[in-house]
Amino acid sequence: MNRIVASLLLFFGLGCAGLAAAENMAPAAVEAVAAVAEVAAPVAAPVPDKGDTTWMLISTLLVILMTIPGLALFYGGLVRAKNMLSVLTQVMAIFCMISILWAVYGYSLAFGDGGSLNWMIGDLNKLFLAGITADSTAATFSDGVVIPEFTFVAFQLTFAAITVALIVGGLAERVKFSALMIFGALWFTFSYLPIAHMVWATGGYLFEQGDLDFAGGTVVHINAGIAALVGAIMLGKRIGLGRDAMPPHSLPMTMIGASLLWVGWFGFNAGSNLEATGGAALAFINTILATAAAGMSWMLAEWILRGKPSMLGVASGVVAGLVAITPAAGLVGPMGGIVLGAISGVVCLWGVSGLKKALGYDDSLDVFGIHGLGGIIGAIGTGIFVSPALGGVGVDGYSMGGQVVTQATGVVITILWSGVVSFVLFKLIDMVMGLRVSEEEEREGLDTATHGERAYNL
Amino acid sequence: MKFVTAIIKPFKLDEVREALSAIGVSGITVTEVKGFGRQKGHTELYRGAEYVVDFLPKVKLEVAVKADLVDQVIEAVSKAAQTGKIGDGKLFVWDLEQVVRIRTGETGDVAL
Repeated sequence: MNRIVASLLLFFGLGCAGLAAAENMAPAAVEAVAAVAEVAAPVAAPVPDKGDTTWMLISTLLVILMTIPGLALFYGGLVRAKNMLSVLTQVMAIFCMISILWAVYGYSLAFGDGGSLNWMIGDLNKLFLAGITADSTAATFSDGVVIPEFTFVAFQLTFAAITVALIVGGLAERVKFSALMIFGALWFTFSYLPIAHMVWATGGYLFEQGDLDFAGGTVVHINAGIAALVGAIMLGKRIGLGRDAMPPHSLPMTMIGASLLWVGWFGFNAGSNLEATGGAALAFINTILATAAAGMSWMLAEWILRGKPSMLGVASGVVAGLVAITPAAGLVGPMGGIVLGAISGVVCLWGVSGLKKALGYDDSLDVFGIHGLGGIIGAIGTGIFVSPALGGVGVDGYSMGGQVVTQATGVVITILWSGVVSFVLFKLIDMVMGLRVSEEEEREGLDTATHGERAYNL
Repeated sequence: MKFVTAIIKPFKLDEVREALSAIGVSGITVTEVKGFGRQKGHTELYRGAEYVVDFLPKVKLEVAVKADLVDQVIEAVSKAAQTGKIGDGKLFVWDLEQVVRIRTGETGDVAL
């Protein structure tokens, strides 16, 4: 009871502070808008294209579909029946929570101009989405082409939400729900927002370095993959791992989830083009081809090495391919995409079997093996396959060596940043309230122990 | 009276039921069970994790009959359930002390 009261007070306090800030900021925002209006007066302000706007709204919907129910079912099918609802609850609750936090301060910190700190983080000028109206616009990659700012806010919201939700997979079947939610809010604040700003916002450190991350290979997948790995190590293994059989309780659910992820990912990748143009079409075709190549390569490798081509293998390969093509989607050619996908399928298979066994951590649903590793392959691969010689679109002043070094810098910074932030947050939360449910609750299953309901009453 | 418990392969259930009906057995109880004998289980592989599944699905059949019918029951079940491959199952035959038909209160042979 005390904890609930404390949480409510905290929430209320944050709200008041934020409101006060919003009031203070409001005049500044008005001035800024006025200043922009004066400068823009001679030339008519660009008007959003209806086609672009429609495409971005649809893309936003597709990314929502990726998380709920896509990711939730993909993960849910992989756990034991007694933990099905816990995973579904965690993913959906995180989606809701991050949506609110995004509007309260996330968007402003991710995409604002942080002045002297702009290399790392934005500002608080748009707390509570202050100053944004239906007429506000956000820039795209083309000069003079804009989309409604609310569309951009909503699109980016879905990225933040799925990133935090991805972490659930590393902690599944043993994490305490309250600890997970608090970790999610803090990690979003201290890891997602700075990384998103550094990679995607004008003035961000990696953005200015020329780091290429089309749709979030570093921001979303490496970022979440590392957090999940750190969490899995710090939480410890599930009780009975290696002794009790823990097969997935419903691979059909996992197949449905993986398929929804794939469909939704067209919004994620092709939507990241921000305009309904040929660039979106390139990202679209890559999102089919790289994914298909990874599904095939994982399946074939498994068939050769283990004797049987499994459904979970194809589905896992598909997700690995989606992750790997994410940073490269609008930058590499279709054949480069196929090669990138094929590599990721095989490497991620090694990640979830050989690597995981060798290092002995219990990343329950292989967030690091698939999203972490796939993201790293994609980030580095983008530096290679963006080359016009390999069918990529190229970038100004491109040299393969230089670009790969830039990409690797992005990877290393993300790994270190997310790793350190995750470690500190998990440690603090463990000290304050504990990260794990009791042994009794874990054996009973989180569905009844934590949520008081069960998935299947047959 | 005798009580026969048979463990058989699930897909043989219909043939066994027909064979038992043919010799005049009027009631059978069937349960889906898991177990192992000489037939070993199989392995399942989920990403990196390998599980050995020892217990295989079988059907357990229970029949109560008059003592003079028991040899026919054994023969009928053995014949119908046989594939000749490992894992065909087993029969257990017990002496049965008493039978009661709950509806009427009849006991012994007439209650079968």
